[in-house]
Amino acid sequence: MNLHSAEIVDTFAEAFPMWGSRVLITAATPAWAHEAARSMTGFATSVIGCKCEAGIERELAPDETPDGRPGVSALLFAMDREGVGKRLVERVGQCVLTSPTAACFNGVDAEDPVDVGGRLRFFGDGYQASKVLDGQRYWRVPVMEGEFLVQERFGVVEGVAGGNIIMLGRDAESALRAAEAAASAMRAVDGVIMPFPGGIARSGSKVGSRYSALPASTNDALCPTLRGQVEHTEVPPDVEAVFEIVIDGLALEPVREAMRRGLVAAAEAGASYVTAGNYGGNLGPFHIHLRELMP
Amino acid sequence: MTLTLTLREQPDVPLEADVLTPDRLGGAEDIAALELWHGKERTRVGEFFAHSGAGDDVRLEGDLSRVKFVGAGMTAGRLTVAGDVGMHAGAGMRGGELHVEGDAGDWAGAGMRGGKLVVRGTAGSRLGGVYPGERAGMRGGEIVVHGDAGEQAGAGLRRGLIAVAGRVGDAAGLRMLAGTIVALDGLGPRAGAGMRRGSIVTMAPATPLATFVFSCTYRPPFLRLYLRRLRSLGLPVSDDQIGGRYARWCGDGLELRRGEILIREGDG
Repeated sequence: MNLHSAEIVDTFAEAFPMWGSRVLITAATPAWAHEAARSMTGFATSVIGCKCEAGIERELAPDETPDGRPGVSALLFAMDREGVGKRLVERVGQCVLTSPTAACFNGVDAEDPVDVGGRLRFFGDGYQASKVLDGQRYWRVPVMEGEFLVQERFGVVEGVAGGNIIMLGRDAESALRAAEAAASAMRAVDGVIMPFPGGIARSGSKVGSRYSALPASTNDALCPTLRGQVEHTEVPPDVEAVFEIVIDGLALEPVREAMRRGLVAAAEAGASYVTAGNYGGNLGPFHIHLRELMP
Repeated sequence: MTLTLTLREQPDVPLEADVLTPDRLGGAEDIAALELWHGKERTRVGEFFAHSGAGDDVRLEGDLSRVKFVGAGMTAGRLTVAGDVGMHAGAGMRGGELHVEGDAGDWAGAGMRGGKLVVRGTAGSRLGGVYPGERAGMRGGEIVVHGDAGEQAGAGLRRGLIAVAGRVGDAAGLRMLAGTIVALDGLGPRAGAGMRRGSIVTMAPATPLATFVFSCTYRPPFLRLYLRRLRSLGLPVSDDQIGGRYARWCGDGLELRRGEILIREGDG
């Protein structure tokens, strides 16, 4: 399959279930909302090393936020509901509670939500106070600036992680241009994040390692520098760099849509090949075929 | 579909009509046979009201200012009073919506547990209040008054929101335990006397009791949620009020001093 000058490999991305939440962070200015959101979603590229995957979904206009201030929505994913709850308590507590003017609200409705504000309230050392409005409880935690406002419960839904596309370029510059274009196109899709830096990973991994302590290691088949060393390279002769974009979403359809937009954008931006990562279909129940994403 | 009851004649003495709820009326086989009290005499709905239609969207027409306990204890549905209503309207209600298009008498929403009570006119004293002998007054839900409210609004309030577009009379939030009272056009004297927790908010200048202590002037984040909610419910809340600065007075010092009175200040 070809799209523009790119060859689209007839393969599929293999995605798997992961639990996710949406956090709405507001602040006095968009800049401070972004600051808090960047901090909260930092060091969250992969569950393998970070216990969760998180990223900024999009900026929110004041009329889209609960308190009418500028905001940012962020998504956070972990392997189970409890994991999402723990990571939210840690990250909202360390990164949003501490951030000037920031407040924090739940952004997704779900049955059996996890307690976040109800845990963070103890920082108030007995001076915290709660408010119940329209059936939702909020906690007011006194801080040196004034008050930190956080919703008590956050919804957690079963989402989809591990959507991906892999872009191969004739050189490092063109491969990165294609990846940047793809990531930019994907950011327009609501309900997904690309958790790696700038949305792009240069270090795609394979499952396992020759070292028993490591659950994952470098994807040697896609490392151009190993083309002459490994037994089964997947790097064509005219390719010198490979980038991957991993997509996590609150549902399957947004992940598919992000992959579709990314695939088209990467091809338009000069990728030589676009492919996807899978594990032979044995790991995840969601198989997203690139063929079905072609325009 | 709407069930409409029309008051045919004014009672000589007030009717006690806690049967006038969507729960009771909607489930009744014979609405006219439902019992109510006319003074000390037992009587029937059909003696005073004509009815038509069916359903749990109930409309009461006529001057009901001498009909007490309308909507008391209701749990669901919508009840509209097309005019004034007597004392204890919506008292102890747990759910549903009660809309009073005129004025409401004393004790409206007293002991309320949930649901929404909206009064387009004024409300009498002890709005959402506590009945003698009870440990707490209103324990949930929302009361929205578009006019003024009388004295002791929110007395004994434990949870929920009382919002008044006009002025609230003396001793608002008397001995309140928690919850929120918003008075957009000012408070009478002695607001928050004996309060333990909770918030009383006013947009007009006020002088708290001497047992309240000034903390600071700031922009309370939670208040933005409340004021936006009140605006969505039709109260005249301005952007300046939503984003404004408020003086925080903590009290009552005779109790826990965990409550607060928030008084809107100019930004100058």
